[in-house]
Amino acid sequence: MALVERDIQLDEHKRLKHLLTLEGLKAHHLTEILDLAETFFDANGELRKVPLLRGKTIMNVFFEPSTRTRTTFEIAEKRLSADVVNLNIATSATKKGESLQDTLWNLQAMGADMFVIRHADSGAAHFFARQVAEGVHVLNAGDGRHAHPSQALLDMFTIRKHKGDIYDLKVAIVGDILHSRVARSQIQALSILGAREIRVIGPRTLMPSCPEALGVHVYHDMDAGLEDVDVVIMLRLQNERMSGARLPSEKEFFRLYGLTEQRLERAKPDAIVMHPGPINRGVEIDSAVADGPRSVILDQVTNGIAVRMAIMAVIFSNAARHPQEDAS
Amino acid sequence: MKLRIDNARLLDPARQSDRIGSLCVQGNRIVACGEAPDDFTPDEVIDADGLWLIPGLVDLQARLGEPGDRSAGTVASETRAAAAGGITTLCVPPDTVPVADNPAVPELIRRRARQAGNAFVLPIGALTQGLDGERLAPLNALKQAGCIAASQANRPIRNTQTLRNALEYAASHAMPLIFKPMDADLAADGVAHDGAVASRLGLPGIPTSAETAALAQLLVLMEETGARVHISGLTSRRAVEMIERARTRGVQVSCDVAVHHLHLSENDLMDFNPLFRVHPPLRTPDDQQALRQGLKFDLIDAITSDHTPLNADDKALPFPQAKPGISGVETLLNLTLRLVEDGTLTLLQALRKLTVAPAEILGIEAGTLAPGGRASFFLFDPDRHWTVTPETMLSAGRNTPFAGWEFEGQVVATWFQGKPVFNRLNG
Repeated sequence: MALVERDIQLDEHKRLKHLLTLEGLKAHHLTEILDLAETFFDANGELRKVPLLRGKTIMNVFFEPSTRTRTTFEIAEKRLSADVVNLNIATSATKKGESLQDTLWNLQAMGADMFVIRHADSGAAHFFARQVAEGVHVLNAGDGRHAHPSQALLDMFTIRKHKGDIYDLKVAIVGDILHSRVARSQIQALSILGAREIRVIGPRTLMPSCPEALGVHVYHDMDAGLEDVDVVIMLRLQNERMSGARLPSEKEFFRLYGLTEQRLERAKPDAIVMHPGPINRGVEIDSAVADGPRSVILDQVTNGIAVRMAIMAVIFSNAARHPQEDAS
Repeated sequence: MKLRIDNARLLDPARQSDRIGSLCVQGNRIVACGEAPDDFTPDEVIDADGLWLIPGLVDLQARLGEPGDRSAGTVASETRAAAAGGITTLCVPPDTVPVADNPAVPELIRRRARQAGNAFVLPIGALTQGLDGERLAPLNALKQAGCIAASQANRPIRNTQTLRNALEYAASHAMPLIFKPMDADLAADGVAHDGAVASRLGLPGIPTSAETAALAQLLVLMEETGARVHISGLTSRRAVEMIERARTRGVQVSCDVAVHHLHLSENDLMDFNPLFRVHPPLRTPDDQQALRQGLKFDLIDAITSDHTPLNADDKALPFPQAKPGISGVETLLNLTLRLVEDGTLTLLQALRKLTVAPAEILGIEAGTLAPGGRASFFLFDPDRHWTVTPETMLSAGRNTPFAGWEFEGQVVATWFQGKPVFNRLNG
C-alpha cells in the first residue's frame, strides 16, 4: 500500500517539490539541477549573484551541529537574494518541551518558504515534508544515515566537470558505508546517471547488511577495489566506530583502507580523488593525496554552493510554474 | 435471564464443530449448543439467520494503557474496543507504568476490568523488578494477585545466569513464562529488520539473529531446567524452523505470532511511515510466508493482536523516534480470516488459533461453546463489508497501518459471561 503512494517529494507534474532523497528520481531531475548550477559561474569561474529568490525566506534548521554544510547553504541562499534565518536546535532543547511538530509549525507561522533541515534520524526529512503546509518546501541537508542529496549532487557536478560524463565511469567509494548518508545518496546518484560500475570498499563491519540492495560491488581489499577506477571517493571515518568494536584501530584502518599515493596508482592515471569533508588526515587519507594534484576536494566545496543554489532555484521555479500550467 | 440464539452457524473449534443450530444461555453459562432443549424457556430470542456464532477470542498480548504515564487508553476503553473485535479474554503484558512487578498493579488492572465488565482481563506479571532483567520480581505474590504468567515484555534479560535462575524460580512456583526472544545487544538501537530496506534507507537494523540467538538460548535453558515457556511474537523463518526442531526433540514449547507480521513486511517501511514501526520488527516477505506456513502446519499455536494503543504524538515523530506498536484488537479477527480467504488456513483452524489454542496455553477454560462453559461469544456477519477508518475506532489509540483496508465480514454483537457488551446489529 505504501509503495503505491505518490512520491511526496514530487508534485502532480512529477517535478521536484522537496528534495528528500535521490531515490526514485529520474536522470532529468538531476541533470536539470547540474546544468543550472553551471550557469551560475561566470567566464572566470567565479560564482555570480542571481536574485532569483528575492522575497523568499529560507530557514536553515539544524538539529545536528554542522559548520560547513550550513555555511555553504547560507552562502548559496544569499547569492540567490533570499532572506536567511539560521537555527541551531540542540536535540536536548526539543526534548525539554516543544515537540518537533510544534517547532516546525511555529517556524512555518513565522513565514518560512523553505526549510533546509539536518537531523540525526533517518527519515526525518520525510517526516518534516509530511508536516509542512502546501507551498512550503523541504530540502534535506542530511538525515541520520539515510540521505544527503545536495552533497551527492555536488559530487556529481564535480565528477562531470573533471570527467565529462558520469556515464561509463567506474567509481569507488571507500570507508564507512553503513553509517554514511553521503554514500547512500552518492550511490543513488551514480546509478541514476548510469555510472558503469559502483564499488564500495571497506570491512564487513562498515557495510550495510544487504549491499546488493544498493546495486554496488563490494570489495574488502582496497587494492583490488581501486583497480582501474576513474573516481575515488573517500568517506570520513567517525571516531565512535572504534568503540563499537567495528574496527581494531585507526592505525589498522589506515593500513588497510587509507588512501596513499602508492595505492592510488592502482586507479586510472587520470583518476580524481574526492572527500565530502571534513577530512581526517592519516586516518582515511594521506596528506600527500589530499593536497595532491588529483585531489578535487576543495573544488567540491566551491561547487557545493552553485549546486545548492541550483536545487533551490529549481524547486522554487517548479512551484511558480504551477498556476500557469493548470490554467492552460 | 435466559437467552436463545437461533439459526446461527455455530463454530466451535474446540470440538471441531461447524453446524447450524441454537445456542442457549442461562445466566453466565452456556447450557446448550446445537439443539435447544424442549424445556428451555428463553426470556429473549435472537434470530441469527446468516450469522456466525463464535466463542469469544483469547488474545495473549494486548496492552490497555492503564496504569500508564500519558498513555492512550484505559482498561475500560480498550476492553470495549476488544469486545468490538470479538475478544473476551486478554492478557496484559507487564510493561505498564509503573511496571507490574508488585501485586498492586495486577490488582488495579483486575479491579478496573471488573468495573468495566467487557472482558476477562488477565495480567501478566513482571519476571524481574522494574523489568530491569537483574533482580527477580516476587513471582509468588504476583501469582496470588492474579497474574496468569510472568514475562519481560519487550525488555530482554541480558545476563544468561539471571535468565536461567528466572526459569528455575518460575518453574518451582509453577508460574508459566512468556518470552519475546530478543537479544538485547544485537537489537540495541535497531528500529527495522536488518535487510535490504534498512540498507537502502539507512535505518539502524535488528538482525534476524537478535531473535534466533535469544530463542536458541531459551530453548536450551528450557530443556535443561524443564521450565514451561511460551514464545511470543515470532518474526522469522529461521525461528519457526527452530521451534519445529525443538519439538522434534521433545521440548514442550508453545508459540504465537502477532497478526501484523502475517500481512506486513520490511517493504512497507519505504516511505518511513511511523505507523509501521513495531517491535520486534517487520521482516522479509519470505519470513512472512514462513510464519503463515508455520500456522498452517500448526508449528505456531496462536495469533495475537499485540495491541499497543498510542497517542498520536507518539507516532508524530521521525521513524526511529516514533514509539513501536499497533492498535490491533479491532482488526485481529479480520486479518486472521484473510488467511482463510487465501486458503492458508481452514476456518476452524484459524478460529482455533484465536480461541481454544491460546486458552490451552494459559491453562484456562475459555474459547469454546461447550455447554457448561462461560457464555462469552460473539456474532459475526460474514456479508457485512467494512473499511478500517482510524477516526471511528473504539480504541483510544488510532495507530493502525491498516487504514483503508477493506474487509468482508464484521463482528456485530458480543456477549461476555452472558451479558451483552457490544452491539452493532442495527447499526
